[in-house]
Amino acid sequence: MKITSKKTVLSSVLIGLGLLVSSVYVAETPIPNSTAQKSDIEFNGVKSLRGETAIPDADKSASIKRLQPDIEPIARNYFQQPPMIPHRIREYKITLQYNKCMTCHSWDAYKKAKATKVSQTHFTDRDGNAQSTLAARRYFCTQCHAPQVDAEPLVENAFAPVHELEKK
Amino acid sequence: MIMLFKKFLAFLKRRAVFTVLTLGFIGGIVFWGGFNTAMEATNTEQFCIGCHEMESTVYQEYRNTIHYQNRTGVRASCPDCHVPKAWGPKMVRKIQASNELFHKALGSINTPEKFEEKRMYLAKREWKRMKKTDSVECRNCHEFGSMDYTLQSRRAAPQHMTGFDEGKTCIDCHKGIAHQMPDTSSLTDEERKEFNLQ
Repeated sequence: MKITSKKTVLSSVLIGLGLLVSSVYVAETPIPNSTAQKSDIEFNGVKSLRGETAIPDADKSASIKRLQPDIEPIARNYFQQPPMIPHRIREYKITLQYNKCMTCHSWDAYKKAKATKVSQTHFTDRDGNAQSTLAARRYFCTQCHAPQVDAEPLVENAFAPVHELEKK
Repeated sequence: MIMLFKKFLAFLKRRAVFTVLTLGFIGGIVFWGGFNTAMEATNTEQFCIGCHEMESTVYQEYRNTIHYQNRTGVRASCPDCHVPKAWGPKMVRKIQASNELFHKALGSINTPEKFEEKRMYLAKREWKRMKKTDSVECRNCHEFGSMDYTLQSRRAAPQHMTGFDEGKTCIDCHKGIAHQMPDTSSLTDEERKEFNLQ
């Protein structure tokens, strides 16, 4: 009992110290407002994604991008990149009971549906055991594969695909 | 006053045929109108989700789909897909629905667990029914004769063309579009073939 109370005292002292330090820090940090200058918003040269919009102001909402109609398969940019989805997937539900993607991308169906078949790697569980059905860790397709919109990159990017992939 | 009423009765007696016809006509309008009004009242989404069995399961799933919410706001509600439009088949379906009232009383699907257990059974019934009617409810809006394949996506156009050539009907491929698919892993090979599933 005595030990516990000692611990309690110690921890409350620590929490108190923490609060004190953080409140001092907050007080010293300049809080930008709507009339703040540009320099107030930049912290050590780092600008937030909100740009020069001050914290109390409403940010401009991004325009809603519409998914494109079906297109040809999209070339990959780097090795082992999960292929991107070149079609709309609204209403293609992936639930515990049923995986809609597999109606076309399964090994049974891909030829008739003229779809890309699901990779063999998706049948191996995390311990390396081969399975007859999709491994649980690969079951939810949209964890890695995503449909694409025609959007400009948010930041400049000079990335170029490796030569092998570029040749196609 | 009494004299006037007696005179009126005498008039009716003299023209019995006229009286019967008039009363029959008015009665017919009232009865038939009332019947149809009651019938239409049971043919609304609000009526369907009046029971929690429908409201908390299939209705919630349907709310995420394109038939509930979409760009133009045209909707297909419960009876648009589950009740035939033509009068005869509609009557038949409505009489069959008394079985659903019976199971409501029994509480066959009154918990999410019970519903989930019966999902495959219920889905199969609906798939079979739509297959039998050549997906008539779908075709109330989606008539394949009016489809312009050039406007369809590069996946949809060839699928539709070959599908219709093979004599397939909407429900053969378009399953689980308004409600969640059941777990199909327990189906036999024959059933898979029957329902066009992998």
